[in-house]
Amino acid sequence: MTQRFDWPAHLVLLLGVALFILPIWLVLAGSTLDPAAISRGELSLIPRLAGLSVYPSVLSDGAFGAQPVWHMLMISFGMALAIAIGKIVISILSAYAITFFRFPFRMTAFWIIFITLMLPVEVRIIPTYSVMSDLDLINTFPGLTVPLIASATATLLFRQTFLAIPDELVEAARMDGAGPWRFLKDILIPVSSANLAALFVILFVYGWNQYLWPLLVATDPHLDTIVIGIVKMIGTETQTEWNRVMATAVLALLPPVAVVVLMQRWFVKGLTEGDK
Amino acid sequence: MERRTIFPGWRLPVLLVLPQLLLTVFFFLWPAGQAIWSSMTRTDAFGLHTEFVGLENFSDLFSDPLYIDTIGRTLVFCASVAALSMGVALVLAVCADRELRGRNWYRILLIWPYAIAPAVAAVLWLLLLHPQIGLVGRWLNRMGVAWDYKLNGVQAMLMVIVASAWKQVSYNFIFFLAGLQSIPRSVVEAARMDGAKGWFRFRTVVLPLLVPTVFFLLVVNLVYAAFDTFGTIQALTQGGPGKATETLVVKVYRDGIVNLDIGSSSAQSVVLMAGVIVLTALQFRFLGRRSSE
Amino acid sequence: MATLVLEELRKSFGATVVLPGIDLALASGEMLVIVGASGCGKSTLLRLVAGLEAPSGGRIVLDGRDVTQVDPSARDIAMVFQNYALYPHMTAFDNMAYGLRIRGLSRDEIRRRVEEAAGLLGLGPLLQRKPRQLSGGQRQRVAMGRAIVREPKLFLFDEPLSNLDAKLRVTMRAEIRRLQRRMGVTSLYVTHDQVEAMTLGDRLLVLHGGRPVQLATPMQVFERPADVYVAGFIGTPAMNFLPAVLSHDGSAATLDIGLLIPFADGKRQGPDGRKLSIGIRPEHLRPDPDGLLLQIDLVEPLGSETVLIGRLPDGELLSVKLPGAAPAAETLSVAIPAAQMHVFDAETGLRLDPATG
Repeated sequence: MTQRFDWPAHLVLLLGVALFILPIWLVLAGSTLDPAAISRGELSLIPRLAGLSVYPSVLSDGAFGAQPVWHMLMISFGMALAIAIGKIVISILSAYAITFFRFPFRMTAFWIIFITLMLPVEVRIIPTYSVMSDLDLINTFPGLTVPLIASATATLLFRQTFLAIPDELVEAARMDGAGPWRFLKDILIPVSSANLAALFVILFVYGWNQYLWPLLVATDPHLDTIVIGIVKMIGTETQTEWNRVMATAVLALLPPVAVVVLMQRWFVKGLTEGDK
Repeated sequence: MERRTIFPGWRLPVLLVLPQLLLTVFFFLWPAGQAIWSSMTRTDAFGLHTEFVGLENFSDLFSDPLYIDTIGRTLVFCASVAALSMGVALVLAVCADRELRGRNWYRILLIWPYAIAPAVAAVLWLLLLHPQIGLVGRWLNRMGVAWDYKLNGVQAMLMVIVASAWKQVSYNFIFFLAGLQSIPRSVVEAARMDGAKGWFRFRTVVLPLLVPTVFFLLVVNLVYAAFDTFGTIQALTQGGPGKATETLVVKVYRDGIVNLDIGSSSAQSVVLMAGVIVLTALQFRFLGRRSSE
Repeated sequence: MATLVLEELRKSFGATVVLPGIDLALASGEMLVIVGASGCGKSTLLRLVAGLEAPSGGRIVLDGRDVTQVDPSARDIAMVFQNYALYPHMTAFDNMAYGLRIRGLSRDEIRRRVEEAAGLLGLGPLLQRKPRQLSGGQRQRVAMGRAIVREPKLFLFDEPLSNLDAKLRVTMRAEIRRLQRRMGVTSLYVTHDQVEAMTLGDRLLVLHGGRPVQLATPMQVFERPADVYVAGFIGTPAMNFLPAVLSHDGSAATLDIGLLIPFADGKRQGPDGRKLSIGIRPEHLRPDPDGLLLQIDLVEPLGSETVLIGRLPDGELLSVKLPGAAPAAETLSVAIPAAQMHVFDAETGLRLDPATG
């Protein structure tokens, strides 16, 4: 049977792609228009080349209601990176300890960590805030990142991978003289590198996209992330610099999208083999 | 499941697991415990005197018609978001599963939206639906629809549902596609040879094999709609107009941070906690073997 | 060059006794093959010697040094695993070099040893490849290279050829034999394949249910198996067994089907009527018009010889191996030559030799 051009499928898929590209495109185009024109409602799908200057401008000066965008981007970047790396390190160590050793209360430790799956941050906001307050971590960078590092998803994923490492590999390493640290460093981590890559993408996006927690913990505008910043801009009743707001929105989603697109193969693998 | 080959010793592993345990205790267990404690207290208006009131906060909650309303509203919201987002994703996944040219391009183009923050998705839709500056908003008004979500509760709800569902399609798409691709080709071909066509074949052969994925995604979507949408709703409507888009998680925030009613807010948190525990337990029971291995 | 002595080596897992107690002494440079069916405890024995399991009792003495409590990496033993166990993310070179790196050998010394081993194994051009870029046979050679570069006192082989296809197995078998001879390293080789056992071992240890049944050279095991298990295990097709009783004052066996065969090598002890199991290999049955009549059930032409499965008057099956092509007939008469007959006690299964009972 020759391949017929499956136009219904193509049509549906193109509509789907458009469903996601169009809003972004509109906002991108809108960011280059003249703000006065936008306020009057004269919108267009065609960007204005002259309007591209809004980007450097918004990076250095921000828009009405928020900080300079480059500063917020830095905060977001730092936060996402800290959360991704922090979580990966902690989870690898925990998963390693729990699967490759035996120690008293081992399973208790596992269940304690497992419980965190059932407690998303939105459910413990007030008491977590008061703990941060007691530890004097309000309005600090660690305060932004540390409470988001502990949850179990990464640990579970690594545990699953570690359980599947063939026994003979471990025995061969033992006979070669590798102790626990060497084994972790030379063999376990390299062999788990696909998982690591996928997790990095997932956690970076997770960290970048946080809203509720940074909102609570950082009242000092100098610690605003870009996501917080853009919502602030929208919320300002007397907003007129819509082109700047739109530019900020575009900048807010570029980095995580770039990370996902660049690493999408590992990312999809990691999501579908890990979460289930 | 356990490993047969392990390393001897207990000092090292205890050291390795300590960081996560400490973080868990400080930032999960202790706050959860505090939330449970606070949920059983009441503070007077000046914040001076706190008394233990047992389960009164809970009984107040459940006899408060506004709270019951919020529960109903949240259920409607969650169901709509899950249905809309999973439905669209399934259709797209089915199409992307076929032998098409440019399959991989479609895949990339439908996966990247995973990276959009819920709050940013809200901003994008706001910029689209704004009565004055949004392309769609203006068009609606021109068409004669009195479009202003700042005043119309139903329109506001519609907007947050669409924005929330839109953001989640990507995640569901990835899993549906993986689920479809894990169905052995030979099974579908056997069905074709048996004479099963199109929709019938999909309904009787493909869909039943997709059930584990559907169930898994259902739970994930419900949890997403209940919690992760805070950013979306807060950015778009802050729960308004009035209470039109106030879901349970928004109410926790409002009562706790804005209105400073710690007791009630904590009680609501505890209720939410219980809900998540039930959902997650169900999920692991059903997907049991694979997840807990 | 090292001797290996196992003294009453025992292993139980909980209540299950896997090895009730083994005594073994290997001479320096000897290759001992431990052979038996799956589950007989041979892999457990190997792992005890490696140090990957702790024994429930007994001692392991390597080159005069008691290593029973010593960590595997300090025993100076190298092991070749059944599934190769190569580090998937390292090149063949790095796989072989890893153990040496940990021991702190100099880069030059490592390179010298790896390249020498690679030369011996024909791995030269493959050293920079990763395991997934290598075929099964190549991976197995890298696994052996990893053991060779260690220059250990003892080699352990855990069914290294079972995952290879038949042809490759034959070539690798010869290579292993050649290497071991050349390097003169004492070796313990575990397998369930009796052909490997016969061709590779200086001596064989046959294990049955954890118990050592026979420890002897391959030819001794073949020509004088210690019991029915060994007799039936070694040799293809398997030895035929016929029930019989001791008769004529211990000087002959009377088969249950009626035939009388006098012993060619002396009397056996015991009362007449003692139950026996007479073993005769398929290749030793001779066509004889005066012998047992067989109804031919199945003919398997193997080219250089033919195996015939025939049915005795009482319904029992007998295999016969004849040189050349098969005679086209429906029946065959065979005689059992007394000189090649094996006598076993029907109850204990043990070999009955003249005057020893």
